[in-house]
Amino acid sequence: MGEQNRSIVIYYLFVTLFALVMIYPLLWMASASFKEDIEIFQSPSLIPQNPTFKNYVYGWRGVSGYTFGRFLFNSFLISFIGIIANILSCSMAAFAFAKLDFRFRNIFFAIMMITLMLPFHVRLIPQYIIFNKMGWVDTFLPLTVPRFFATDGFFIFLLVQFMRNIPNEIMDAARIDGASALQIYARIMMPLSTPALVTVAIFTFIWTWNDFFSQMIYLSSPSKFTVSLALRMFVDATGESSWGALFAMSCVSLLPLFIIFIVFQRFLVEGIMMGSLKG
Amino acid sequence: MKVRKYIYNKEGYAFLTPWLLGFILFTAVSMILSFYFSFTQYDVLTPPKWVGLRNYIDMAKDPRVHKSLQVTFTYVGLGVPLQVIFALFVAILLNRDRPGIRAYRAIYYLPSLFGGSVAVAILWRQVFNKEGLINQFLALLGVEGKNWIASPETALYTLIILLIWQFGSSMVIFLSGLKQISKEYYEAAMIDGAGRIRMLFSITLPLLTPLIFFNLVMGIINAFQAFTPAYIISGGTGAPVDSTLFYTLYLYIKGFQHFSMGYASALAWVLLVIISIMTALMFLLSRFWVHYEE
Repeated sequence: MGEQNRSIVIYYLFVTLFALVMIYPLLWMASASFKEDIEIFQSPSLIPQNPTFKNYVYGWRGVSGYTFGRFLFNSFLISFIGIIANILSCSMAAFAFAKLDFRFRNIFFAIMMITLMLPFHVRLIPQYIIFNKMGWVDTFLPLTVPRFFATDGFFIFLLVQFMRNIPNEIMDAARIDGASALQIYARIMMPLSTPALVTVAIFTFIWTWNDFFSQMIYLSSPSKFTVSLALRMFVDATGESSWGALFAMSCVSLLPLFIIFIVFQRFLVEGIMMGSLKG
Repeated sequence: MKVRKYIYNKEGYAFLTPWLLGFILFTAVSMILSFYFSFTQYDVLTPPKWVGLRNYIDMAKDPRVHKSLQVTFTYVGLGVPLQVIFALFVAILLNRDRPGIRAYRAIYYLPSLFGGSVAVAILWRQVFNKEGLINQFLALLGVEGKNWIASPETALYTLIILLIWQFGSSMVIFLSGLKQISKEYYEAAMIDGAGRIRMLFSITLPLLTPLIFFNLVMGIINAFQAFTPAYIISGGTGAPVDSTLFYTLYLYIKGFQHFSMGYASALAWVLLVIISIMTALMFLLSRFWVHYEE
C-alpha cells in the first residue's frame, strides 16, 4: 500500500513538472505583460515585482493611428462571417454527400477528398491575380466570399462523417409525410447535426484567428488589419524595444482562443477525433 | 440488370451547387491557371509571356531553392517524427483514470491551440533571444547562452522545437485510440505473465499504428506548408543566412516581393509534387508496419 502511494506521488510529480515546463513560456509571457520592460530581461520569474498595466495601455494604442480594438474587431468580423459561411455551405455539401443519392456522387466525393490534400499554394497565385483584377485586394472579400462556396473541405468531410450516423429512417419518415429535401435539411438534418456544426464553428474561428498568410497577402491598409497583422506590424515598428507592450497585446490576441478552449473543450476534442478516427 | 435510380438527383445537385461552383472557380480554374503560369514569365502588370520550361530549369539551378528544400526537409523530417513520438509518450502517460488527469490533458493541449499564431511566434523569438528565457535559466546555472535565433546553426532548431511543442492534437488522437483498446488484451497478456514493457510493444503500439500513420501523414502535409513561425522569427527573410528559409517563405518572397508569379507558380507545383510523392511513399511503406484490425 505504501509503495503504491509513493508511485502515485511520483506520477503526479512527474506529470506536473512536465506540464509546467511545457506551458512555462506561456505563463512567462502572461506575467511579463505585467512587468516593466527592463525586468523582462532580468529574471525568468513568473511574479512581476511591481505589477503594472502600463504595457496594456501602451499596446492598446495600436499602430498607424488605430487602436488594438479595431484589429480585434476586424479579426472577429472575418471569423464571424467565415463561421456563418462554413456552416451553411459545408453542411449543404455534406447533406448531399451523406444523404442524397445522385449521379457521380462518389466521384465528386473522391475529388473533394483529394482537394483536402492539395497545398493551397497551387491555387494561391491565380486566386490573388483574379481577386486583384476584380478590385478585391485590400478588402475582406477574398478572406470571406470563397467560404460561401464550401472551400474548407475538411469541414465537409467532418459533417459527412457525422450525418452518415443519423438514421435514414428519420429521413424516410419525413419524406412519406411529404417533406421536400430542403425541409429535411433545414428541419431535421441541421438541428440533429448541432454538435458537429459547433465543432465546425470553433475550428473555423481558431483557424481564421490564427491565420497570417492570406491576411498578409490580401490586406494592406492598417484600418483593415487583423490581430495577426497588427502584431507583425508592431514588431516591425517597435523592434525589440517594447517587449512588454508586445507581450500584452499577444496575450490579448490569445485570450479569445483561450476562452473558446475553456468553454467548448468537448467539441474541440470531438472535432480532432472525428477528423481522424472515422476517416 | 437493374437500372440504378437516383431518387434525389435534382436535389443532390441543388445542394452540391455551392461546393461545385467553389470547386470549379477556386480550385480547378486556379490550378489550371497556375500550371499555365508556371511556364510563363509573369509580373501581373504585363501579360504572361510563355517561356517553356525556363522556370523549372532555373529552379534546378537556384541555390536558394536548394537551401529552402534542405531547410524544409530538415524541419519536416526531424520535427514531425519527434512530435508524433512525443505525443504518443504523453498520451500513454496520461491514459489513466486518476483524478485531475483531464486538467493535465487540457494543459498539454494548449500549445497546439496557440502554436500557429503570430503571438506565439513572437514569444518564441523572445524565448530564444540573447537575453531570452532560455538564456536566463542558463545564466542561473552559470552558463552564458548565445542568441539561438540569430545563429545560423541553431535558428532552424528553435523552429523544430516549436513544432514539437505543438503535439496536443496528435496526443488527443492517440488518447482516443488508447481508450478503444479492449482491456481483455491486457488481461490475457497478464495471465500469460507479460510485463508492462512487453505489453506496450506487443499490444499498445501495434494497435496504435493506424493512428501513428495518420498523425505522421497529416503532420508531414502540414509541416511542408508551415509559414508563420519562419516568417515572424526571421522577419520575413529566412535569416540568418537563409537558415530558416522555408520553401513556402521563398515562394512568398518570389511571388509577392519580387512579383515573379510564373516562378512562384512553378515553386507551388513542385511543392505539390513533393507532398504527393511523400504521401504516396508513406502509404506504400505503411503496409509493412501498419496493422489494421479486422
